[in-house]
Amino acid sequence: MANVTLRNVRKTYPGGFEAIKGVDVDVGDGQFCVLVGPSGCGKSTLLRMVAGLETISGGEIDIGGRVVNQVEPAERDIAMVFQNYALYPHMSVYNNMAYGLRNRGMAEAEIKTRVEEAARVLELAPMLERKPRQLSGGQRQRVAMGRAIVRQPKVFLFDEPLSNLDAKLRIAMRVEIRKLQRRLNTTSIYVTHDQLEAMTLADILVVMNGGQVEQIGNPLAIYEKPATTFVASFIGAPPMNLMSTRPDEVKTQLGSNGRAAEAGILGIRPEDFVITDQTPAGGVALALTVEAIERVGAETFVYGSRQQDEQQVAATPGELPPGEVIVRIPGAEAPAIGQKIRVAAVREKLHLFSADGRKRIEA
Amino acid sequence: MVEQEGIRRYVAHIILWIGIAIVAFPVYIAIVASTQDNALIANGQMSLLPGGHFLEVYYQTIVVGTSGTTREPVGNMMLNSLIMAMLIAVGKIAISIISAYAIVYFRFPFRMAIFWIVFITLMLPVEVRIYPTYKIVADLHMLDSFAGLSLPLIASATATLLFRQFFMTVPDELLEASRIDGAGPLRFFWDTLLPLSRTNMAALFVILFILGWNQYLWPLLITTRDDMQTIQVGIRKMMTTNDALTEWPIVMATAVLAMLPPVFVVVAMQKLFVRGLVETEK
Repeated sequence: MANVTLRNVRKTYPGGFEAIKGVDVDVGDGQFCVLVGPSGCGKSTLLRMVAGLETISGGEIDIGGRVVNQVEPAERDIAMVFQNYALYPHMSVYNNMAYGLRNRGMAEAEIKTRVEEAARVLELAPMLERKPRQLSGGQRQRVAMGRAIVRQPKVFLFDEPLSNLDAKLRIAMRVEIRKLQRRLNTTSIYVTHDQLEAMTLADILVVMNGGQVEQIGNPLAIYEKPATTFVASFIGAPPMNLMSTRPDEVKTQLGSNGRAAEAGILGIRPEDFVITDQTPAGGVALALTVEAIERVGAETFVYGSRQQDEQQVAATPGELPPGEVIVRIPGAEAPAIGQKIRVAAVREKLHLFSADGRKRIEA
Repeated sequence: MVEQEGIRRYVAHIILWIGIAIVAFPVYIAIVASTQDNALIANGQMSLLPGGHFLEVYYQTIVVGTSGTTREPVGNMMLNSLIMAMLIAVGKIAISIISAYAIVYFRFPFRMAIFWIVFITLMLPVEVRIYPTYKIVADLHMLDSFAGLSLPLIASATATLLFRQFFMTVPDELLEASRIDGAGPLRFFWDTLLPLSRTNMAALFVILFILGWNQYLWPLLITTRDDMQTIQVGIRKMMTTNDALTEWPIVMATAVLAMLPPVFVVVAMQKLFVRGLVETEK
């Protein structure tokens, strides 16, 4: 049980490359913190710095009230689950879990109790004597989890633990990890690039980009009020539609009253659109030509292009090509390809950002 | 189609059998010659079928030695060769796995320079540096000793390189997991790296043992006492006789005996060797 506090943490590689440019995060006791961002954003580096596998160039990392900058990984009282599990291939499942405890000089009887308890929780009891290569991907993943929990550490660190599993297993393991963490109530930091994992697991979500924190907060709060266009397009699938508010149809609809006039970029989530001929007061309506349809059963995604496609929004991952708009509608009923439709979103569902996409503007 | 396949396989088998015959025939001759009477061989009337002197020839070879001279019995030579080959193989593996561990896993000044120096020695086999090596061994009073026989052959770039390449394929996460599990550098080496290198070590042992066993030039140079002679040198010395007939059955028996330990090592290690090739998972 411990808080993890990062104060202005920096990482500069010998070549001069700045991987982490000053990060402040505070993870409360027992909380589940998820670091999410595109590859190369520094999230794994940050996690490895917490683990002690990377040196810290600046700032402080505090685990349970102790600054651990100079402390060896084994002394930090953390346990880590690696993306490729990093199980010792020549040791049985039992020994994989027991190894860290033996190195700490724990009595063999106590080790046995702990490993067997972990094996029971993770349903690994029948395969304790097997070698990792005799296990399936999901079972190996569980052994890696078991190795972490037998240690009863202050903090769990997860480095994309589910990305080597197939889609179905990933969802099952996601739920399992969450339940396990709730039950053990151990502070956890979890790195992923999958925004769905991030949304479902996190108590605190940290969205990172280019070595910096874009936004920290409750996942739903971030979803509802993304602070930057990067967050807006990264969190949520399909991504938020972003369009510039140059003097055109959209600008006119927004009106020139209040702070909306300052906005340079307008964002609307696909699910906030309704196909309708009316324009809600203060809302925005767009005329689209349907170009593609994706039916996934419970919902349908309509890809349409706007007649005037002048928008030039700063490049962000998941960004749509200029002029393309995604509309998400429930059910399988959809307009035909080539049809002209009109979609509208109400005022409360509009997200306004400054022209550089770095600032959210509350209308 | 099926028939053609059958013919092809037939032809392939015939070619393989011819190859085996070419390789095996000299070995067969050696075995046959080692069971015959010396006079027959010297007259050029050697039969291609085994003769009746198997037991007496091998007894004389192993226990007594050639009759005309004061040469050692081959049993003793084999023991010398065995000790030398074992020292070389085990010593090389021990030295090179440790040096490869240092080069791959530790940051120290001039690490790459040291690696390259080790690497360059690949170009300097014993034959090339034989005079200085001899001088050093002689100055250290290691002539006619097992230390002198094996030490100069132990420092090995090849094995270091091989272990380095293998260590580089071991995922970094294993080291990191070990660090988190509280294993220091020695623990990691002993608990994780050594067990993972088992098959590599076995393969290397097979190669190095045979290499050591087959050494000729170096033992020839530094052993002068008959009781320190290795089998490879011994065979050669048996063949050159001044005033008597070469005792061909004994020479052939020695050659056959010289073949046995490498064969035994290959057969014994084969399982581990093959398993190492099949189980690619790290």
